[in-house]
Amino acid sequence: MQYLVSVIDDKSNPGSTDRQPAISAFNQRLIAEGYWVFAGGLADTNAATVIDNRGEQAVLSDGPFLESKEYLAGVWVWEAPDLDVALKLATEASKICDRKVEVRPFQ
Amino acid sequence: MSDVREAITQAHHEEWARVVASLTRRFGDLDIAEEAAAEAFATAVERWPADGVPPNPGAWLTTTANRKAIDRIRRENKRDDKQKEAQLVYDDDPPEPLGAIDDERLRLIFTCCHPALAMETRVALTLRMVGGLTVPEIARAFLVQESTMGQRITRAKAKIKTARIPYRVPSAEDLPARVSGVLAVLFLVFNEGYLATGPDTDPVRHDLTAEAIRLTRLLRALMPQDGEVAGLLALMVLTEARRAARVSTSGELVTLDEQDRGAWDTALVAEGHRLVRERLASGVAPGRYQILAAINAVHTSARDVRDTDWSQVVALYDQLIRLDPSPIVGLNRAIAVAELDGPEVALAAVDRLQDALAGYHAYHATRADLLRRLGCSQQSRAAYDKAIELAGNTAETAYLTRRRDQLG
Repeated sequence: MQYLVSVIDDKSNPGSTDRQPAISAFNQRLIAEGYWVFAGGLADTNAATVIDNRGEQAVLSDGPFLESKEYLAGVWVWEAPDLDVALKLATEASKICDRKVEVRPFQ
Repeated sequence: MSDVREAITQAHHEEWARVVASLTRRFGDLDIAEEAAAEAFATAVERWPADGVPPNPGAWLTTTANRKAIDRIRRENKRDDKQKEAQLVYDDDPPEPLGAIDDERLRLIFTCCHPALAMETRVALTLRMVGGLTVPEIARAFLVQESTMGQRITRAKAKIKTARIPYRVPSAEDLPARVSGVLAVLFLVFNEGYLATGPDTDPVRHDLTAEAIRLTRLLRALMPQDGEVAGLLALMVLTEARRAARVSTSGELVTLDEQDRGAWDTALVAEGHRLVRERLASGVAPGRYQILAAINAVHTSARDVRDTDWSQVVALYDQLIRLDPSPIVGLNRAIAVAELDGPEVALAAVDRLQDALAGYHAYHATRADLLRRLGCSQQSRAAYDKAIELAGNTAETAYLTRRRDQLG
């Protein structure tokens, strides 16, 4: 079962910026234990562009699709046998990256 | 005929959770298990009056429910995937090694009370899957629309399946936290029965307190070594023991000091005391439910309110505050302090809780009572007004109103 683990940061109360070494070490462990599928940090939401091509012509707009205090700062994709395993890892992940995380299964 | 009806009711109480649990294990699907169990009981209602009660009702119900589940899977697979049928029906999980505690009903309880589900969902799912209450019954119990309750349960089953919430007893390492989550669900059901909220409900909902006690007894039978499970059961039975004395004939709450102690249920008191003694003898440091049970044991040991060992009660609250330094525990400790050191000392302690408890009716009710005892009628009246405004229980409102109106 694959789970998307979204890292959620808060513009008014951001997590600390010195977490990269700890996150790298955690990723190494995820790989060694067979949970790791993918991981990536995202650039600032200012760098986002939304494209809507459902109509006659594509409409581009600057910025994220949702302007909010909380935003997606990065993602992991994990392979885990069940939600308990994913939640246990996510509990560690939240501590390590000093941010909230959301665990959501793929279909 | 009435014997058969009784047999069915008894089988429902004793076997429902077992049937749902074993089907969930076999078919890996709560929805199939629930529906098949309900159909099996409906079949029993139809057949037992004519055919007689089978010698082993539990086995009959499990076999019937299994057949219903397989029928449903076959029906669905005619439309779907033939291979899936083979997998679901014939490919049983290899048996897992038995842990220190292992009963399919325990798996069911831990799944229904999983922390990834919202509290109200855990309550609803536990009452449906473990307790065997119907959706309309649960909806009535929590004063919500039947359709809302139905959706809540359906969504929960879908989340369990989609997010793959496991069907197992947690590891020893996670067990204490997960057991405390289960106990929170059972205590919430009990409290909703004991202090029912809402202007149109009975002040005490015996159906809910009884169901909570029944489920806690089941958990106790499944986890006899767990101190907090024993503690919660003791707390519930010692509270339930006072039920008849707790509301007057005119529907008014009767406080502990004014209750007719002769009306207490002596069998339940004895059971609670036995459980508390058992925990004391274990020598293991008690958790919060065990301490709360011990406090209730002190109260129920006093034949007359004047015989209450208040220093013991305060000492137990001191112990509880070290585990759970919440303002509500502080408030209850202050009530006991009033008996030991007088209302003035207690009022000072209560006033320090104002920021945390300003929206809680019991905070104002406690202040009102202490101010009354100190002769501060005007302030007491204001506190009663506030308590009445916030109280949700009809018997409590009636009691507070009378007390306020008796102020000189």
